[in-house]
Amino acid sequence: MNFIRFVKGSVQLFFRGTKTYYAWLLFLFVLIVWGAGGYAGQLRDGLITTNMRDSVSWAFYIGNFTFLVGVAAAAVMLVIPAYIYNWKPIKEITIFGELLAVCAVIMSIAFIVVDIGNPMRFWHMLPILGTMNFPYSMLSWDFFFLLAYLIINFVVVSHLLYSIFYQKEYRKKMVLTIVFLSIPMAVGIHTVTAFLYNALPARPFWNSALLAPRFLASAFCSGPAILLILFQILRKVTSFEIKDEAIWRIAELMVYAMFIYLFFTIAELFKEFYSGTQHLLYWKYLLFGIGDNKELVPYSWLSIGMGFAAFILFLIPKTRKNFVTLNIGTVLIYSSVYVEKGIALIIPGFTPDVLGQIYVYTPSMTEIRTAVMIFSLGSLLFTFLVKVAIAIIFENYNIGSIRREEESVRIQA
Amino acid sequence: MKKSNSRRSFLKNISLASASALALSGCSLKELEKFFQKNFRTLSEKEKKQLIEELEAEYKEKYHKEFHLSDKPAMDGTLFGYALDISRCIGCRKCVYACVEENNQSREPQIHWIQVLQMEKEKGIDFVHSDVHYNPETVPEEGHFYLPVQCQQCRTPQCTTVCPVKATWQEPDGIVVVDYNWCIGCRYCMAACPYGARHFNWGKPEIPEEEINTEMHYLGNRPRMKGVVEKCTFCIQRVREGRYPACVEICPVGARKFGNLLDPNSEIRYILENKRVLVLKEELNTQPKFYYFFGV
Repeated sequence: MNFIRFVKGSVQLFFRGTKTYYAWLLFLFVLIVWGAGGYAGQLRDGLITTNMRDSVSWAFYIGNFTFLVGVAAAAVMLVIPAYIYNWKPIKEITIFGELLAVCAVIMSIAFIVVDIGNPMRFWHMLPILGTMNFPYSMLSWDFFFLLAYLIINFVVVSHLLYSIFYQKEYRKKMVLTIVFLSIPMAVGIHTVTAFLYNALPARPFWNSALLAPRFLASAFCSGPAILLILFQILRKVTSFEIKDEAIWRIAELMVYAMFIYLFFTIAELFKEFYSGTQHLLYWKYLLFGIGDNKELVPYSWLSIGMGFAAFILFLIPKTRKNFVTLNIGTVLIYSSVYVEKGIALIIPGFTPDVLGQIYVYTPSMTEIRTAVMIFSLGSLLFTFLVKVAIAIIFENYNIGSIRREEESVRIQA
Repeated sequence: MKKSNSRRSFLKNISLASASALALSGCSLKELEKFFQKNFRTLSEKEKKQLIEELEAEYKEKYHKEFHLSDKPAMDGTLFGYALDISRCIGCRKCVYACVEENNQSREPQIHWIQVLQMEKEKGIDFVHSDVHYNPETVPEEGHFYLPVQCQQCRTPQCTTVCPVKATWQEPDGIVVVDYNWCIGCRYCMAACPYGARHFNWGKPEIPEEEINTEMHYLGNRPRMKGVVEKCTFCIQRVREGRYPACVEICPVGARKFGNLLDPNSEIRYILENKRVLVLKEELNTQPKFYYFFGV
């Protein structure tokens, strides 16, 4: 009964808000419809509607999947510094970080589902029901880790919100244990995702031990970037409190992450360019193009440029502590990692292909529309979840308020 | 044994429950059965037989011809091997199209299991400077040689290791096969294959009715569906009946040799003993059973 009340109350909450909020919902709705139209075409005609072919057999979808796994991982890893430095809104940071993680994992799984040729056969991958190739296939590991991570985060966040909603004490010991379990799991999901590419000797571009460390470092740049923006918005429009010092501390941590990422990348580039073996080819295609094929060059330098600019903005204390430049840097680093993971990681792995042939890939309209659909659905889910969470945490939305409301309705009747 | 029995009955219950649920929503039972079909390797003999009869009827309905669909297992004492004489190949691509016809590859969109690479004599075997789209009036072209590449039937295949659902595996006679009814189409195997030997049905495969080959094997040349991976099987439908693969038969210069690696008197063993052979990308430790050699 109480649960039904909670659901009913939450659904009502979804549709209560300012004009800006409604405009945001409408915007997402339009994007979802437009994107779904593209995906419908793919379902009907097959993946031929994408620009992937035998030479470049994974591309934009898998890149987005990788990026979102990074976001999911980093959102939770932010809990460690929040705990160690004893930032006041630790509970809030945990809750919003985990909500972001839940949405990002769901979106990343969605990108896998749209990428496979027979989504209806997804159950073949399940243990017992299907024939899962565990432990040999890294994809089965990834599936397990992502699912476990999704469940863990969902349990913690729903337990916390549920307790506050029913005005009960949450089980501190259990929550802390699971939160601390979810941190190595966060490292795990991104490591396993890197191993997915890493362990393929056929693809020299990925066959580097630095791939997983680079994944983690870049995730530590892009994940906190989203939370930085989110915390500032929450601080403006709700009674959520986070000190400037905490925000600057997050930015400071991001500088370390950016530096490590830069260092790893330079180490990788040094090894490749100084040894100058045939494996250099893929980096060459990415950074300079091969012959007339320079398709990725603008993307790769755009990503590098944005990353560098963000690094400088975050490095100089003056610009780090100025919210205008800080936010510019945040957007820049987020975009830089998105382009890097979405385009610059996957495509050079396949170009030139294993037989030395160049197939020029750029995402098709279907791929862009499908990606837009998933991102807007994910944003919608995140918006609703955050809306309920804010109401519960800051706006005294609880079982008592619902009862009071029901009572007043009854009295009026 | 007991465990697998309980698993089977569990599966049955699950499928029964979902079947009745879906049947109520107006879904045809046959489609449902298809949806719940198990991995080929977990089917009993009886289930295999029934499945094959159903498929034969389905193909007949679609292509209006009598089909023979085999599920003949590997013979004891066979390990198939292949050798290709680089000095003889003239790059005519007859093998490519014989393979397409024999193995019912899609004509639209086109799928070719064999890629012939044109290489520069000066550079030797060098993929980066090779060209798969060469198109002169006549072959061979001056200063060039040709390297046909198809599935190398590795002894330690990386494509089967990465498959998340065990839809592809190496048979006892060494042929790497795909269960098209089980493949989910994730294309991890394509990323793992160092030879570009795996091909994906990006669109709905189309084969003209009059061109379809009716002699088929479940793990080989039966028609594929949209969204699954396929590859060279050494013409499993032929070689398990003691015949040569289609590409061996068609080659006008006799550059292609095929045989049983376990038979000391076979032609393939003669080549291994008397010619110097090489395999592609040997540093990856895939240990192909597809050898290249220089006959003259």
